This record gives sequence, structure tokens and C-alpha cells, in this order.
Amino acid sequence: MGSDDLARVPSVTVMTVTDAWLRCTARAVHERRLWLTELDAAIGDGDHGINLDRGFTALLEDLEAGAIPTGDAGALLASAGRRLLGLVGGASGALYGRALMTAGTRLTGLTADPRIDRRALVEIALAGAIDGITALGRAVPGDKTMLDALAPALDALRAAAPDSPVRDVMLAMAEAAEAGAAATIPLVARKGRASYLGKRSTGHLDPGAASSAILIRCLAHAVTATDGQPVQPDEASTRP
Amino acid sequence: MIGLVLVAHSADVVRGVAAMVAQAAPGVPVDGAGGLSGGRLGTNGLEVVDALRRVLAASGRDGVLVLLDLGSAAMAVDLALDELDPADRALVRLTEAPFIEGAVLAAVTAAGGAGMDAVAAAAERASAMPKLPRD
Repeated sequence: MGSDDLARVPSVTVMTVTDAWLRCTARAVHERRLWLTELDAAIGDGDHGINLDRGFTALLEDLEAGAIPTGDAGALLASAGRRLLGLVGGASGALYGRALMTAGTRLTGLTADPRIDRRALVEIALAGAIDGITALGRAVPGDKTMLDALAPALDALRAAAPDSPVRDVMLAMAEAAEAGAAATIPLVARKGRASYLGKRSTGHLDPGAASSAILIRCLAHAVTATDGQPVQPDEASTRP
Repeated sequence: MIGLVLVAHSADVVRGVAAMVAQAAPGVPVDGAGGLSGGRLGTNGLEVVDALRRVLAASGRDGVLVLLDLGSAAMAVDLALDELDPADRALVRLTEAPFIEGAVLAAVTAAGGAGMDAVAAAAERASAMPKLPRD
């Protein structure tokens, strides 16, 4: 269980973290929408930032209007994922929607288990998100996709020493996602619209990996938001 | 009668191909999902679910053949299939066939009362269908 002092206050805290993550993500995606769209215009269809912003902004409105069930963090994530499917649309809507749905399903019921600490919950949710994306998109790390940010984030989380402070672990996770996204620049895309470009897709940061790094940075922020020194949501090294 | 569901990135493309199908094979159930809200291009898995259910009902539960355009269309269908009951899912088949030519050939075959195997095979033959006049 390590040094996690929140191990004994699970349900409410996890709900707060999930809510904080959705809010942070909606704000960060909105701030970076033009950048994400520029990245996508270079090697995709140029709508990634606009579509994600539209989806997360609408999700935030749903959340504030009480249109999403908020009793359980798993249920919240699963419903948010279903909403994103329709709101964002396209490949990124399908992939992020399925990611949240799978993460939410994995978390359902677990958040009331006092033996599971928040680091373990993050690992379960992130592994679920990656499984959902992999099952739908059938990509592997190195294909120049979201997974190139998400997989290193999970690896960093798992590689951190059991007694590391949660903040350090979350920061390492966020930085691994950003480094993973940056490492997509020289890659040739093997999935999605960018793969139609073949070798011309090299030299560009993958927009899906870039948005995934933003989502992971917000996760690190949300998990540490109640601590004295939360991970900042806007330290992204991939930002120009 | 086997029906068709068309999944493409553009609502105009879906409408246009559905019109070609209706002209070639009136009476064959055809519906589709194309484009996103606000006239954006893209595919939406939840709309595919609705189209599948409508055509499944209109086909008298004989079956639905799904034709796709590019990229995320396959993902949208994948998501949609997860939403269906297993009994419904078993009545849906996907094809690699070319979108327009496959839809028209499949519809003409379905109109003759053919079963799913024959309709799917007709769609797939579209990829080898000659278009230019030959000497």
C-alpha cells in the first residue's frame, strides 16, 4: 500500500479525483484546441482539437447540469465515455469513449474497497483505458498513436518504487506520457488517417499522442489536487 | 430480405449511395450513418447502432450487410456491434467490399431474395468488377 495516506478514504476521494480530471481535461483541451488541430492538419484530417474540445466541453456541461450519474467514479467514467462517443465522433471519439468506458467498468465497485490505494486505482483505470483502445484500434506502441503516450505512462506508474510519494509517481507518469508523445515525431504512422501518408507522416508530433499526454497530465493533477503541492496541469513539455 | 447499412464519413455520401441502391433495387432495406453533428465529417458509433436496428427490423430479421468507407468507419461499427444483443449481432455481417459498387451489387442480389452468403459474395465481387470497356 506504500505511503498513500488516502488509502482509507476511498469512494468520495475517487469521485472527487474523477470529477477533477474531467474538469481539468475539458479546460486543458479547450486551451490547446488550436494546437491539437494544427498537429492534426499536418498528418490527419485537421479536426482533432475542435472535436475533442466540443466533446469535453459538452461533457462538462452535462456534469454541471447533473445529466451524468455521479454516485460512483466507475459509473461516472463509463457514462462519460458513452457520451464522448457521440459528442466527439470519429476515431478519437470512439477510442477515448471506449477508453473511459473500459476504465469505468474496471473501477466500478473497486472504489469502495479500502484495501486499494489511489495509485493502484490509477493503474487499474489506465490499464483499462489502454486495453479499451487496443481492442478497438488494434494498434501497438510505435504505431504513432495515443498508445505511444499512454503505454509509457502506465510503464512509469508500474516502475515507480512502492514507497515513492504519490506526487512523484504521478509526475513521473505525466512526464513519461509527454516524452512518449514527443518520441512519435520521427515515427512513420501505421494506424489512422496519418498512415495514408506513409513516410510523409514522419517529422510530425502525433495529435492523438499529444492529446493523450494532456489527459495524463490532468490525471496526475487530479490525483494530487488535494495535496499541498499538486502536479501542475500545464507543464506539458510537448507544448510549443 | 437482406438489408444494407452504409457507414461513411459524410452524410452526403451515405445519402447518395442509398439513392443509387434504391434506384437499382427498390424495396431492399437500406439505411446508414454518415458524418457528425454540425455537418462535420466523421463516423459515430451510436448512429450506427440506430441504423443497424432499423434495417434489422426492416429486413424481417433476415440479416444486415454493412458497407464501410475509410478508417474509423470500421471502429464505429465495432463499437456499435458491442451495443447490440448477441442475437442481433449474429445477424450482422461486415464486408471489405468497395462502398458504392459493393452496395449496388449486394442490393440487386438481395432484391432477388438471396441469403446473406450470396449477398456478401456479390458485394465482394465488386472489387474485381471491370469498369472500363475492353477490346
